[in-house]
Amino acid sequence: MHISQMEQLSKSIAHLPLTIEPRNVGMKLDLDWALALQANTSAIERRCSSFPGRRSIKKEHQAAWLARSVSCIDLTTLSGDDTAGRVRRICAKARQPVRQDILNRIGLPNLKTGAVCVYHDMVGFAVEALKGTDIPVAAVSTGFPAGLSPLRLRIEEIHESVKAGASEIDIVISRRHVLTQNWQALYDEVAAFRAACGDAHVKAILATGELGSLRNVGRASLICMMAGADFIKTSTGKESINATLPVTLVMLRAIRAYYDRTGFRVGYKPAGGISKAKDAIIYLALVKEELGNRWLRPDLFRFGASSLLGDIERQLEHHLTGAYSANHRHPIG
Amino acid sequence: MSIETIFDTMDYGTAPEDRGPALQWIKNHGGIAGPYINGKWGPFRDDLTVCNPATGEKLSGMTQTSAKEVAEAVKCARAAQPSWEALGGPARAKVLYAIARIMQKHARLLAVMESLDNGKPIRESRDIDIPLAIRHFYHHAGHAQLMKTALPDRKALGVCGQIIPWNFPLLMLAWKIAPALAMGNTVVLKPAEYTPMTAILFADICSQAEVPPGVVNIITGDGSTGESLVESDVDKIAFTGSTAVGRKIQDSVATNGKSLTLELGGKSPYIVFDDADIDSAIEGLVDAIWFNQGQVCCAGSRLLVHEAIAEDFHSRLKVRMDKLRIGDPLDKSIDVGAIVDPIQLLQIKKLVAANDAGETYHANITVPDGCYYPPTLITGLQPSDTLMQEEIFGPVLVSTTFRTPSEAIEVANNTRYGLAATLWTENINLALEIAPKLVAGVVWVNATNLFDAAAGFGGLRESGFGREGGWEGLQAYTKTTNPSVPAKAVAAFKGTSAGSDPVDRTAKLYIGGKQARPDGGYSQAIYAPKGQFLGHVPIANRKDVRNAVQAQTLCAWGKSSGHLRAQILYYVAENLSARRESFAKRIDEMCGGKAGLEEVKDAIDILFCYAAWADKFEGRAKSVPIRGIALAMREPVGRIAALCPDATPLLGLVAPMAAALATGNTITLCASQPFPLSGTDFYHILETSDVPAGAVNILTGQQSELAAHIGAHMDLDSVWCLSTQEVASSVKEKASSNVKRIWQGAALDDHNSWLDAGTEIKTIWVPYGE
Repeated sequence: MHISQMEQLSKSIAHLPLTIEPRNVGMKLDLDWALALQANTSAIERRCSSFPGRRSIKKEHQAAWLARSVSCIDLTTLSGDDTAGRVRRICAKARQPVRQDILNRIGLPNLKTGAVCVYHDMVGFAVEALKGTDIPVAAVSTGFPAGLSPLRLRIEEIHESVKAGASEIDIVISRRHVLTQNWQALYDEVAAFRAACGDAHVKAILATGELGSLRNVGRASLICMMAGADFIKTSTGKESINATLPVTLVMLRAIRAYYDRTGFRVGYKPAGGISKAKDAIIYLALVKEELGNRWLRPDLFRFGASSLLGDIERQLEHHLTGAYSANHRHPIG
Repeated sequence: MSIETIFDTMDYGTAPEDRGPALQWIKNHGGIAGPYINGKWGPFRDDLTVCNPATGEKLSGMTQTSAKEVAEAVKCARAAQPSWEALGGPARAKVLYAIARIMQKHARLLAVMESLDNGKPIRESRDIDIPLAIRHFYHHAGHAQLMKTALPDRKALGVCGQIIPWNFPLLMLAWKIAPALAMGNTVVLKPAEYTPMTAILFADICSQAEVPPGVVNIITGDGSTGESLVESDVDKIAFTGSTAVGRKIQDSVATNGKSLTLELGGKSPYIVFDDADIDSAIEGLVDAIWFNQGQVCCAGSRLLVHEAIAEDFHSRLKVRMDKLRIGDPLDKSIDVGAIVDPIQLLQIKKLVAANDAGETYHANITVPDGCYYPPTLITGLQPSDTLMQEEIFGPVLVSTTFRTPSEAIEVANNTRYGLAATLWTENINLALEIAPKLVAGVVWVNATNLFDAAAGFGGLRESGFGREGGWEGLQAYTKTTNPSVPAKAVAAFKGTSAGSDPVDRTAKLYIGGKQARPDGGYSQAIYAPKGQFLGHVPIANRKDVRNAVQAQTLCAWGKSSGHLRAQILYYVAENLSARRESFAKRIDEMCGGKAGLEEVKDAIDILFCYAAWADKFEGRAKSVPIRGIALAMREPVGRIAALCPDATPLLGLVAPMAAALATGNTITLCASQPFPLSGTDFYHILETSDVPAGAVNILTGQQSELAAHIGAHMDLDSVWCLSTQEVASSVKEKASSNVKRIWQGAALDDHNSWLDAGTEIKTIWVPYGE
């Protein structure tokens, strides 16, 4: 194989999630471990409020980090008024997330988003629209966003989504299992979803804004991973509080603890509320600090976001021209 | 590096803060850090060199201010002081406010200058040092405004000589200058030899803020300039720095009556219980011992981890250490900057090299050439290891384990220092149990290195005395408007005859709740004014002092409730009242005159007074800008010895006893030297009043002989010198052995001063949130 071909391949691998990392197979529920987890809110908040001042990423590095953010975006539309047309438009944006001239100039002509994330009924349109790319389609199944439909139907929804071509399933956990501390039920539920997914990857949405405490977030994170989640994800985007840095810190620490214990790398997806390029960089830096560079790849990290991309596009153009950009210079998705 | 490559490596790159404006400022300033005296600059001489520790390059020259120039500065400060004080609080508030505003306008210049000069990461100078310094001026502008109404009984001390260290140059300057100015003092401040630049910049800000000439004077130079300042005609010395230098200063001011506050070294414990949020506790350590390269007096440098979690804790801590970024202090993504000076670096290296105990782990990161030292953890140490006791003042954390909360307290308190302590637990019962038991001026619960202008900061033991910040910090820059009359020496009466009672009575010492014969076996006769023999009293010696202090250490009076202390003081008063005639008669016999009954009544009144205060002299909950509380707890100073005045032999003994007991202290009283029999009579009252053994001990004999032993005793926290100046001087000459608090009394009706002398503020920070 020619060297440039090798480079090409390794580049495409960087975009290809799920190819190298062994899947988390889960483990038996270890409640002693989960319940020993503590999360001191004020200490975590202090760490998060000082963190943005501790890392500053400038110039070429900033542009590269923003491009990395693009590669990790689950470009998302989750609205009641989604149509085939709407989904096709967002898929087109996923294939061409940034203007080609900009991509060429930063040397990343093939940059794509990490995935497209849609409701179950839209999966088919998305799969169709993304044909010929390696961009996966993620479906929010299991009675999204509240997760309160009958378990049997939620599991059936997963089957349907997988059948429709979704290779990632964003499931929602039953918040009540956390709030009532029915940890066994939480474990069983996520394990059942995992089984239903088959080869598709499970992204477990904790809906952290509804779990009451950071300690609950940490414990629920561990239990979802024990039950075999491939990713843990903050929010549906529909709660009043979505991804935050404190929640992120707790979940990243749980992922690290799980990796230290089992050797399995579980991915992380903050979703909702991340709309600024600067915020994206802070999230990446926090992941780098807490988990390391390996997690800065789309197979282990995603942003659940829709408006973030626009801000990144403007920043990338600013990097190239030195002038602040405008929305209308960048194609909408 | 191409974007494509970085896209793959995801490196941070560099983000250097521009040093240009700071260097230009130095150039415009003539390239010399020189004195600012009476609103004028100079003389500028290139006597000493100020370096950027990160590069070793010369930043600026520096004037070595001479003794004569220091004296001139003090003279100017003296001349400026009356009108500055007379200006009034509201007018001073406006000046302090202007200083704060102008500092804020130049915040980035100050931050860059600080990092250039000191080597600390720009993140710290920008986000911590400078904002806290500014906040200090805002806060104290408020204290100036409120002084007249809030502190009607206090006035300025006069001229304050202030010497500050190199680890937080501008912040320490703010801690010193803001309260001094607010209270109407003028200052002569010497910044550290290594780090004069922000002080010079501050002087420039003072001139912009139209601070009147002579109110703020900055003198540059090394230790010899500092010595000149200590020896100069100032009313007070405020020093922050090493315990060794603090001790010298305490010795130096022993004989000249200057006020003194010392904020010295520490070896602060950082305690992690098994139920803590481990990752947060580890992150806290980054802010404890790797903050400012560990060059922090209150750094949590002694890690105490519960044995059950120690292995896991240490391994996770090492992983965290490997993530620290060390390098160019002006890089905005740097966690650990340069050590302030090659001499300090050498000192750190020597201390670590001399240690062969435990296991040493250096962070697995690339350390740049030059004045840098890697974050280091030494595990498996024991209290008996040197590095568990000696301050390293560098990024070196030492660690040991404990089994139980009580062992944690025992190990934590096994130190000569007492500056700060940190504890991590999710159990509020445990936290609130442990915090008061830690011997430290500041305790942080589930946090570390929290500071604010409204909260007091300062130490116990050899970490010094005095508080900076908040209402308590104002004590250090004010004096009472109701000063006491200095006690005069009274000569004992002479006589020859013997035998006053039909049956011989033997007065004894009172130690540990028992009457005790003097160790030396000597007694002296006490005579009435006309020469009649009144009785013998024992002559206590150093062993009796030892025994008395030993009895104090065994007494748990400090743990008793305010209510109980009140009840016992009332009971003492009741029993004294029942025998008031015999006490009055004794006073009249010894002293002559007929004032005895009045004195007994006064003694009873003062017992009632302090009984009343015993459960009412409270702390405060501070208004600090965090979600949480900072409690300013009034804790007993601890073990006190009092040298009672010659005159008023009963009242002079009862007043310090009552004040000390009310505030939870134990006390050894050296009774009036010429008239000791009221003291020896008084132990009969104590014996019948439920006063616990050791809470009060009474010695008689030669105060001048006892003073030196009391001054030198390492287990006494405070000495109240209420008799003659000579006796006070001999206490003070020895007091620096353990950096003792020396207090020379207050008017008897100035109860607040007595209660203050009996207590020390401990600030307990408890952030909360779920």
